[in-house]
Amino acid sequence: MLKYLKSIVFAFVFCAVADSALAEKLGLGRAALPAEVAAWDLDINALGEGLPFGSGDALVGEEIFSEKCAACHGDFAEGIDNWPKLAGGVDTLDHEDPLKTVGSYWPYLTTAYDYIKRSMPYGNAGSLTDDEVYAIVAYILYSNDLIEENFVLSDDNFLAFEMPNAKGFVVDDRGATEYAIWSDVPCMKNCKDTC
Amino acid sequence: MSKIETLKQSRRAFLSGAAAVGAGAMASGEAQAQTADPLITQPQEWSQGFGDGVDATPYGLPIKYEGGVVRRNVEWLTADQVSSINFTPIHALDGTITPQGCAFERHHSGAIDLSKANYRLMINGLVDTPLVFTYEDLERFPRENHIYFCECAANTGMEWAGAQLNGAQFTHGMIHNMEYTGVPLRLLLEEAGYDTTGKWVFVEGADASSNGRSIPMDKALDDVLVAFKANGEALRKEHGYPVRLVVPGWEGNMWVKWIRRIEVTNSPVESREETSKYTDTLADGVSRKWTWAMDAKSVVTSPSPQAPIKHGSGPLVITGLAWSGHGRITRVDVSKDGGKTWETARLAKPGERMALTRFYLDINWDGSEMLLQSRAMDETGYVQPTKTQLRDVRGLNSIYHNNCIQTWWVRENGEAENVEVS
Repeated sequence: MLKYLKSIVFAFVFCAVADSALAEKLGLGRAALPAEVAAWDLDINALGEGLPFGSGDALVGEEIFSEKCAACHGDFAEGIDNWPKLAGGVDTLDHEDPLKTVGSYWPYLTTAYDYIKRSMPYGNAGSLTDDEVYAIVAYILYSNDLIEENFVLSDDNFLAFEMPNAKGFVVDDRGATEYAIWSDVPCMKNCKDTC
Repeated sequence: MSKIETLKQSRRAFLSGAAAVGAGAMASGEAQAQTADPLITQPQEWSQGFGDGVDATPYGLPIKYEGGVVRRNVEWLTADQVSSINFTPIHALDGTITPQGCAFERHHSGAIDLSKANYRLMINGLVDTPLVFTYEDLERFPRENHIYFCECAANTGMEWAGAQLNGAQFTHGMIHNMEYTGVPLRLLLEEAGYDTTGKWVFVEGADASSNGRSIPMDKALDDVLVAFKANGEALRKEHGYPVRLVVPGWEGNMWVKWIRRIEVTNSPVESREETSKYTDTLADGVSRKWTWAMDAKSVVTSPSPQAPIKHGSGPLVITGLAWSGHGRITRVDVSKDGGKTWETARLAKPGERMALTRFYLDINWDGSEMLLQSRAMDETGYVQPTKTQLRDVRGLNSIYHNNCIQTWWVRENGEAENVEVS
């Protein structure tokens, strides 16, 4: 009798699990602790969400840049050899071989903060303090003649800064400009006038 | 009809077809030997003694004669090897599956050493419960197998202004095609209880570049995989061991390696890799962003500059690869005269969604020079454009997403060269 009851209970539990498997969670993983989320969730989006409290100017930034960035990016952010150039290139985007820099190309200043904070300096990523990052971003803007050397960049005024090429982007429009045109039945014979 | 009769018929059809090509064509078996071949008449070492025992190579590598079939880079392209790219030797491969050991690499801070024991994946942001998964946790979710190509957005990027790199490996080798085993990202998002108002996920790797990309939620829920096996075995270090993201049909930069965090968000991050890079500048200076899908493309892999014709005129297998980030390849045409006339190639298998398709054109080469091209079509009806068509819309400065028709000039001696035809 006991055996019989057991099997009924077992069958019931099995059914319950089977029914919920698709609709409900598997119960895998564990809750992330706030300290863990804080350690990894460092990205800063274009709305400025995640931008830390702090400030810095180009004068301070120049010193840090010279020590930690200039070996690749040059003393004036002009770039050495094949390493990325961070300054210059204004009005070259519609020329042959445009020079795309933070000043000439990048649409959001938040991107510079986000990238420098998380991924730079090259070989020692994530080692800069929040104020150091503000100062470096300020120095890059200064190198692009976009601010004065004593302009203090901070979480307060960061989002107010409009990048020169902010309006230079369109969302993927290949559907209208290309796909519609390149979907004709392809030519098989006498396809070129110059035959 | 008996099997023998069928064979006879098809052989007759082949011979008459060959005869129709012209007097230059050679019937099979026509070559004559003057002296007996010692490889046949003399006893050979390998036929008399022993070969290697089992376990001579616990994990096998290609035999030494295939030592040239390796990834190669172009050093002047990048400033440093740890933030660089190399190329799959597609000119020497056949079929569609890319062996992991020669599949191209692209790193932003080098290929890191991350063990399964040290691996963690976090899901946070707009979710009921931010979660942390171990590697073992991932293996307990229902998993799927899919074959997908991964193409760097910059593949063929050096060819915008003119024919530049001399070899299919270098012009088209930023691509590989593997069978992935992994967990649909959707299941992990459901496990964390994602907020259905969240429109994006931001995905980020564990390497020092912390490469991060924003992916629309629709795509994340559709077919994105959190993968841990490729071609049946663990991912290679250089491809994101132990876990990478697989984003079918979309540019390789989004296939975040060593993936460690997935954040559900309301807006894109607009990270470096989706603003300053992987955006396509048009002739008027305006740039396209969020050009995620890789459009239909194809290339003849052989003959090609690194795979010249060495056997002279007669039967020749022309082969290549085709793919589309919008679905299945339905047809590939090949031209031998630079695009004046085209014939439809044979697909080795029906095209599979967002995977490489192998095509063949079996011809009787008369030994004259060819301007070889291939042209892919996908299930949307899209036809791979010429370089001129692409340039008319985009100019010369786009860098990324160059899916133009490629031309190889095959000379009478069988050597081939990367050229442009007008």
